[in-house]
Formats: sequence, structure tokens, C-alpha cells
Amino acid sequence: MIIEMNNISKVYQTGNVEFAALKEINLKLKRGDFVAIVGPSGSGKSTLMNLIGCLDLPTKGNYLLDGREVKHLSSNELAEVRNKKIGFVFQAFNLLPYATAFENVELPLLFAGVKSKNRKERVHEILEKVGLSDKMENKPTEMSGGEMQRVAIARAMANDPEIILADEPTGNLDSKSGAAIVDLFKELWKSGKTIIVITHDEKIAGQLPRIVKLKDGLIESNGYAN
Amino acid sequence: MKLSIIISVFLRDFRKQKKRIALTLLALGWGTISIMLLLGFGEGLQKQMTLNNKGMGENITILWGGRTLIPYKGMGKGRRIHFLPEDAEYLKKRVPEIDLIGGEYSSWGIKLKYGDHIFTNHVVGCTPEYESMRNFIPQNGGRMINALDMKDKRRVAFIGLKLKEKLYGDEDAVGKQVFVNSMPFTVVGVMIDKLQNNSYGGMDEDVFVMPATTFKAMFGNQYLDNIVYRPKNVSENRLVFEKINEALAAKYKFDPNDDEALSDWDTIEGSREFNNIMLGIKIFMGIIGGLTLLIAGVGVSNIMYVSIKERTREIGIKMAMGARKSFIMTQFLLEAMLITFSGGFGGMAISYIMTESFKRIPIDSQVLTFLGRPTISLEIGLIVITILSVMGIFSGLFPAIKAASVNPVESLRYE
Repeated sequence: MIIEMNNISKVYQTGNVEFAALKEINLKLKRGDFVAIVGPSGSGKSTLMNLIGCLDLPTKGNYLLDGREVKHLSSNELAEVRNKKIGFVFQAFNLLPYATAFENVELPLLFAGVKSKNRKERVHEILEKVGLSDKMENKPTEMSGGEMQRVAIARAMANDPEIILADEPTGNLDSKSGAAIVDLFKELWKSGKTIIVITHDEKIAGQLPRIVKLKDGLIESNGYAN
Repeated sequence: MKLSIIISVFLRDFRKQKKRIALTLLALGWGTISIMLLLGFGEGLQKQMTLNNKGMGENITILWGGRTLIPYKGMGKGRRIHFLPEDAEYLKKRVPEIDLIGGEYSSWGIKLKYGDHIFTNHVVGCTPEYESMRNFIPQNGGRMINALDMKDKRRVAFIGLKLKEKLYGDEDAVGKQVFVNSMPFTVVGVMIDKLQNNSYGGMDEDVFVMPATTFKAMFGNQYLDNIVYRPKNVSENRLVFEKINEALAAKYKFDPNDDEALSDWDTIEGSREFNNIMLGIKIFMGIIGGLTLLIAGVGVSNIMYVSIKERTREIGIKMAMGARKSFIMTQFLLEAMLITFSGGFGGMAISYIMTESFKRIPIDSQVLTFLGRPTISLEIGLIVITILSVMGIFSGLFPAIKAASVNPVESLRYE
């Protein structure tokens, strides 16, 4: 199991009002899983993504990432997990607006302390893989949405993480570019990555081998397609 | 993070909040200029005063005989202590730490006459050692009195620059005669123009110097008016005085613990005190300048806070990509330092240009001879750089801590 969540709860407190975004959920993901997490808004999808991505810690329960209990990790260790084990892809792309495609993809490599020469090779390699070798020196403002998302995926891949965590990756894209992004995820899955896609697009979810449905902070269904 | 990215982020921010950064840079420059000029003014004042102090002589002590206050060996109190001409030689033998020593006679209201110019003046009889001790330095073509003059009791004179102008006007004085109470003397030297802001018995520009032996022969004074000496080692000034005190106490039979038997003016001690006072003035000026600069520091903090608010998403992205908190902090600290030093170095450059051009303005006034001109030294530069660094770190630190505590979940929320 690469991801093992036992009785995970996440409670947000605003003043005296408590809101349970996740209620004692259990979720296990195997290495090489390709999962869609679906559900209406407010069902706890984003909260689950933040917990899986170690951007946030659960209020209760255990989360073992690759066998390590996340709540025992220091802030530097969490940073390292986000840097090396997980690659994030966001709906709003979240590229640094003032940096070129090259510099954006280079960012996780910088944080990992990779040497300049190796960084350059690696960035070239991945940008080629996502088909953007010719846009290397372009800034996000000079690219289309589909291209920006491919830069974001390349950035997520930079340190060759085991898990790709995508939050509504096609939400801001037209259907054609969206389909191309899904194809890119499929390729990555075939190369052995564990991929988690949060979406409310039934068409995309339907293409994936496994679907986890969330509703009101609970897992409604969890199963593999045929 | 590459420096180029930090700089490009800084430039992007600069374009976004041009006015705010420009005003902050202005405040930093202004603060730096005020601290630099205040310190530079203090430095110039100290240099000028030190130079003026040296006019009377460097590292010398002037010694006068006093009146005893403690009865000693059967002699009552209130006895006057006088120095004899041979005391200088006696002390030199008894106290080997003395570098130079000489006795001095002086007399007021002596009639000087050259041609139609007649007036009364101050006349001094001293030894050749005064050339070095009291900076009685001759102009080119002249000389100070020498050992041969002393031995032969020659009627030769060394005169101050102002006195020379009074006696001879624009004429050359060396070789000319002058009558002292109707006795003819030959001028052998005229003193150079020198700065002097303290004196005993008249300014040196008015002085009329003759050999001490000639003075004694002419006026018949039994006692010296005072003795001037310089220790070999500046740090031994008090020790030398104690030894002289003992030697004279033994000779003139007064209690060595009698503070009134001798009186001394120790210019080494004086310049030490002066340096301490100047240090105090400089610290005070530094604090005033520092406070001006502090306001600019608050400005830096302010724009850093605004910048963080506008860049929470960027911080969140970096954290999601695996940036450690320390990295985020370093980035904001560096930015604060970059702003601080941009303004600071600008201010330093302007202050330097200002003081350098002020030095070149050819005004000659009494105020400037007293106050000197603002001078910027390496020391001041280092002090200001240190203050700027400390301020840059502090004005960046709190915003940086805030930046590092940004919650990535919050900052990555959908737009």
C-alpha cells in the first residue's frame, strides 16, 4: 500500500461552529493505482487531496504514506515528501507567472538541491515528454491553458515522484485540451505512477480504472471498474 | 533559489508598486545620507581639532612651579617652588623616559623696534628643543635658534609670522636687525603659518624667541617660568610625570604627595579626554542618524508585508513543490536586504560625492578652521554598512517569518 488512511477525520472550526469535512474515512491505494475521486462540491474532495498531499494534517486518524506515519514528520520532512514523493497538478495551474516554463519546471529540482547541469538535462527531458520543447523560454502568459497544464504536469514530474495528485486538472480547459491532459496521465500511469485525479467530470472519471465517490465527508462507493 | 529569480521577482514587484518602493528607497537614501553626514561632520571636527591641538605641540607637558600645601622637613606650607635653568638637564639625567626637555623664560611688555615700527611685545627665551616640542618650525631660508646660539649667548631671534608682518611688512625678515630694549638682535628665522587653538602665554604667531642663555644674560631672571617636556613613550606620560615630581621633590625638598607644589598641563591626557568627548559626540550623532534610518527600516518592513500579502499564492506553490520554510524565509530576507542596500548604497554614494565636492569648495573661513570639513572615512562606511545590514535583517525578519507561516492550503484555494 502506498497510501493507507485509517479513520481519518478533518474538522474545521470557525468561531464556535465546527464543520467536519471528512468523517472517519478509510482509504487504501496500491502502488500503480489510477483513481478518480469524485463527488459534489463540499463533499470533502479538496480536503482529502490536501491531506493526501501532506499540505494539511488530519484532525484524527492515521495516515501512512509509503509506510510512514505523516503526523510524526517534521515540517522539513513534510517539505521533502511534497518535493520527492508527490507531484501536484492544480486546476488553476499555479505556475509562477514571472518565470519561464523552464524555470517553473526547474523549481522542484532547485528545492531538491539537484546540480545545475543535471537540472538542465532533466527539465529538457520532461518538457520534451509533454511536447513543449519549443516553449521552454515562454512565460505562462504566452501559453494556452492546455500548454500551461502540461508545464504544470512536467513540473509535477520533475523529481520523478511516485504519486501524481491532480485537483480538477481539466477544470479550466476546453474538452480537447482536457482529453489531451487525460491521455498524458494515462501514459504516466502506464509507466508505473500512482495517479489520483480529483474531478467532478463524470466523463473523465468513467475512463479511469478506479472511482472513489465522496458525499458529505463520507466515502459513498469505492470500487474498480471491470 | 537562483539569485536571478530573486532579482526578477524583486523587479516585478518594483514595477507593480513603483511608488511605494521608490519612496522607501528615497527614505533609505535620506536616512543613510543623514547618518553619513553627521558622522562625517564629527570626523571632520575631530580631525580639525586634533590638528589645531597639535599647533601648540604634540604630546608635550608644560610644567610650572607652584606653592607647597603640606609642611615638609621643617619647612612650612605656602613655600614657592621655582625652577632653575639647570633643572632641565637634571631631570633629563634622572628620568631617562624623557625624550626632549627644555626650560623657558618669558617676559611681557618688552619694546621691539625696527625702523619706524615700535611696539611692546611678549619675549621668550627657550632652548633649541622647542623647535620639535612646540612646533617652532622655520619657514624656508630661516632657522630656529640652535645649540651654538645657546653656548655663545648670541643675540639672534626667531619670530612668529604675525609679528614678522607687524615689524617688516612684506619685506624679508631673515638677516634683518631688530632692537630689543635698544639691544640689536638679528632675525634668523620666521615661523611657518600653523593652526593653533590653545596656548599658554600667548599665541605662537606673536612670539619673539631668543636663546634662553641670552635672555638670562639680558634680563637677569634667576628662575625659569616653566619647563616643557615630551616623554619617549606616549603611554608612559603619567609615569614620567611621577618620576619628575619625585626628582624635583628631592631637589627642592617638598612632599612628593603635595599636589600643589607642581602644576602640569599634560596635553596627552588632554587629547585622551578630547577623544572620549568626540567619541560621545559621534555616538550621539550616530544615534540621531540611526533613528532617521530606522524610519526607513519601518518602510522596508511595510512594503515586505504588502508584498507577502500579494504573493501568498506564490508562497503556497513553492511550499507544495517542496520548499522548506527556511527557503521561503531566506527569499524574503534577501529581498529586504536587496531593497535596504539599494537605498543605502545610493545614499552612501551621494554622501561621498557631497563631502568630496565640499572639500573642493575653496572657501577659507574661521568657522572652517575651527570646525573642519565633513570627512567620510572607511570606518564610517563600515559603521553605516553594519547598521544597514542589521536593519535590513530586522526589517526583513518579521515579514519573512510571516511568509514562512503561510498556510499552503489557504493560499492555493481556487481563484
